[in-house]
Amino acid sequence: MTATLPDRDTSSTRVARRHRLAERGIDRQLLLLAPALICVLALFVYPFAYGIGLSFQPAEGGVFGAYRAFFTDAYQRDTIATTLGLALPAAILNVAASVPIAYRMRGRFRGKRVLTTILVVPITLGTVLTAEGLLNYLGPTGWFNRTLMTIGLTDEPVRLTNNYWGVFFSLVITGFPFAFLLILSYLSGIDPTLDRAAATLGAGWWQRFHRITLPLLAPGLATTFCLTFVLAFSVFPSAVLVGDPAGTTRVISIAAYHAAYEVYDYPLGSAIAVIMGLVELAVVAVVLGLRSLLYTGSTGGKG
Amino acid sequence: MTTFQELRLDGVRRRFGGKDALTGLSLTIRRGEFIALLGPSGCGKSTALNCLAGLLPLTDGSIWQDGSRLDTLPPERRGFGMVFQSYALFPHLSVRKNISFGLQMRRLPRDEVRRRTDEAIKLVRLEEHARKLPGQLSGGQQQRVAIARAVVLEPSLVLMDEPLSNLDAKLRLEMRTEIRRLHQSLGLTTVYVTHDQEEALSLADRLVVLRDGRVEQIGTPEELHNRPANAHVADFMGYRNLLPMKVKAVHGDTVALDGSGLTLEGTPVGPVAPGDDVVAGIRPEDLRAGPHGVPVTVEVVEYQGRELAIEARTAEGVALFLRATERPSPGDRITVTADPSRVLVFP
Amino acid sequence: MKSRMTVGAWLVWGAVVFFFVHLAGVIFSVVVNSFGERWFDTWLPQGWTTKWYASAWNEFGLFQILIVTLEVALLVVAISLLVGVPASYILARRSFPGRRLIYLLFLLPILMPPITYGIPLATVLYKYGLAGHLAGVVLANLVPSIPFVILTMTPFIEQIDPSVERAARMCGARTGQVFVRILSPLLVPGILAASILVLVRTVGMFELTFLTAGPDSQTLVVALYYSMSAAGIRAQQSVDAMAVIYMASMLVLLVIALRFVNPTQLVARVKEDPE
Repeated sequence: MTATLPDRDTSSTRVARRHRLAERGIDRQLLLLAPALICVLALFVYPFAYGIGLSFQPAEGGVFGAYRAFFTDAYQRDTIATTLGLALPAAILNVAASVPIAYRMRGRFRGKRVLTTILVVPITLGTVLTAEGLLNYLGPTGWFNRTLMTIGLTDEPVRLTNNYWGVFFSLVITGFPFAFLLILSYLSGIDPTLDRAAATLGAGWWQRFHRITLPLLAPGLATTFCLTFVLAFSVFPSAVLVGDPAGTTRVISIAAYHAAYEVYDYPLGSAIAVIMGLVELAVVAVVLGLRSLLYTGSTGGKG
Repeated sequence: MTTFQELRLDGVRRRFGGKDALTGLSLTIRRGEFIALLGPSGCGKSTALNCLAGLLPLTDGSIWQDGSRLDTLPPERRGFGMVFQSYALFPHLSVRKNISFGLQMRRLPRDEVRRRTDEAIKLVRLEEHARKLPGQLSGGQQQRVAIARAVVLEPSLVLMDEPLSNLDAKLRLEMRTEIRRLHQSLGLTTVYVTHDQEEALSLADRLVVLRDGRVEQIGTPEELHNRPANAHVADFMGYRNLLPMKVKAVHGDTVALDGSGLTLEGTPVGPVAPGDDVVAGIRPEDLRAGPHGVPVTVEVVEYQGRELAIEARTAEGVALFLRATERPSPGDRITVTADPSRVLVFP
Repeated sequence: MKSRMTVGAWLVWGAVVFFFVHLAGVIFSVVVNSFGERWFDTWLPQGWTTKWYASAWNEFGLFQILIVTLEVALLVVAISLLVGVPASYILARRSFPGRRLIYLLFLLPILMPPITYGIPLATVLYKYGLAGHLAGVVLANLVPSIPFVILTMTPFIEQIDPSVERAARMCGARTGQVFVRILSPLLVPGILAASILVLVRTVGMFELTFLTAGPDSQTLVVALYYSMSAAGIRAQQSVDAMAVIYMASMLVLLVIALRFVNPTQLVARVKEDPE
């Protein structure tokens, strides 16, 4: 018994230390996080840092050479405006159209599941296939132009592909269902009795929508807008396929890809990727900032 | 199975993020006892139970089972059974498989598993529901599965964490009797956590009253009921009238009190001297309307079967809770008295 | 009041129908073209044929591409589950210093456009000789997939009563037994949903695969993109036949997916706050 006593003492101090750490939530079980953390660090954080580092080591022009090259060349610089000119209107249209439609469809009705299922189709198909379809459908001899000419709205085919509009439509076709489904799920997360409570207090539907539902929806709306915008902002395949990749739809991702994989100027490619990330984060930050500026109170809605 | 003569908790302490959730819990549980840990939510009673179960490591102190140290063992090696507040039935397993789970974990022979599972199912009268999944059972039936699952292993100690709190009032009374019956017929040792003093008083051999992570009093139901150690325990034991008063005079075992618009005689629980500020604790059923006594104004009258529960106000506007057999009307002035031995004076 | 509501309803349904008509136009123009004989200035092709499928199958080496697509998708699903599920278990069950920061770190790859991190990632992968092969494609696709598994699984695990695990331990089950006998069966629906979602997203993922794939590690979307951008070399119908094959495989996945998840989950799993 006495022989085991010192042993028990050291084990109990070790136990005590383990307890102290466990009290703060740290123990060996946390190692289960390690694989995921390593993957994200190695495949996301490290390459990103590497890319940033690379962007400051161009072949010529000093530390900021790659960035200077981008901003002094109007052909490159304008890609920011081109991308925003596509992504912002597309995202705004997608969210703005989704809100009233989702608001009307927030309740249960027959065929709701079918409707949402059909809406998932274009998202699942992705931009490449949508581009192929748009080329056929909106092309000069496609069904859309044929219909217009048959009705007599126009005498000659309207040019809707290989320009700004082709890309814009492809962003709407994939982006609208995306925004709609998100907003629908946010709306169904709002307690419907709140709406009824407001009705018993004498609020008409517009008052209920704009005094009760809209403030509760605001956080979800901001998130939806950000995600829809990110989707539109990263437009790449459709800008090449249904757009005018050398001119009106030369978006920033084309510029980045061109620099890195066609000219093999990795520093410039990385620099453009960094600029792209920054521009995107800036827009997201503005949206989130606007949201907290407009509605500072607790919203109570599903986050 | 292993059993013990006594289980000793020695200065058990548990901190959460720099705050003591439980501190200085020392308690000896004898074999066959039914112990209730009683206190309001956040008092540390569930923490104590989880420490005992091994689901929470101790910050300080130790737990001994007879001569051997227990608090360094993981929960699965302590050989205790536990009934959870949410029942925590395995939702993907049938009633029978839920109950036999522990036996299978012990790798007992198949025949024995079947026999003991059958016995346990019969014990809680769920023979017809043995093949169902927990989701198909009512609250009371789920509760019985949880109990069967805990006792089928013939554990040396059964831990119960507010097992009746999710049941409706009628079922709660039935299950209470059921739990006491099982405890006696199986010769179990039970530690039972609850915030319901009535439940604790009716079930337990001994009660541990906790508050803010500290033990306030340990004793038998009678001791706690008749002689709460302080005003907090009294509050919890149904002394609804806790009146701030002043000691006027001390006569042997009784003291004369004054304050809150009342004059009363009471029995001191600790040392008091004239002029002390004290709290007088009186149960509503010990404060009765009668021909003599202090005048008060009736405010609310509630019918409660054989008696009427009355809320009244003294001249100084202090609320009093009492019982009466005749129905007064709100606004009536009545007089109330209390037996000095039923008025506890807490220093 | 009443009439405004009906006008509103009319407008909403009108917009939905308008959208669906054009969506159908986009999809069916591809399908019709892939079966068409010759289609110039008419509503429908002059005749019907399936020969474009045969030529697409042979010209593009579709069998090889389908195999690669399947390999990539299954590997990504398996690895991201293996890595993501334990992490989501910890995030769902435990609180520890830095938890929110780690959650944010996992959220980031989903919020960034794939091109922004895809270009530096591809550069790094080329540096280590991993890009241009299956390994590089799989690694690149893990970047959004692991966080996606975590984002899907964490709320799923949160809604499993933690005392069920404690109950199992009190019944004498060791950690391994708790995992195998109790946790795994309860996690199956969530894992199924997560894996199907990752599968759909990986098969449909263009940018990352495009940036890292070599000639023999192209998936179906990337091959489709290349054949489209090289239009003129191959017959348009044959490209469309390939598009239909891609579309069909995506729809099969979609039908399977919708048995396990609701449509909204396919789009995004949004949960801003882990608490």
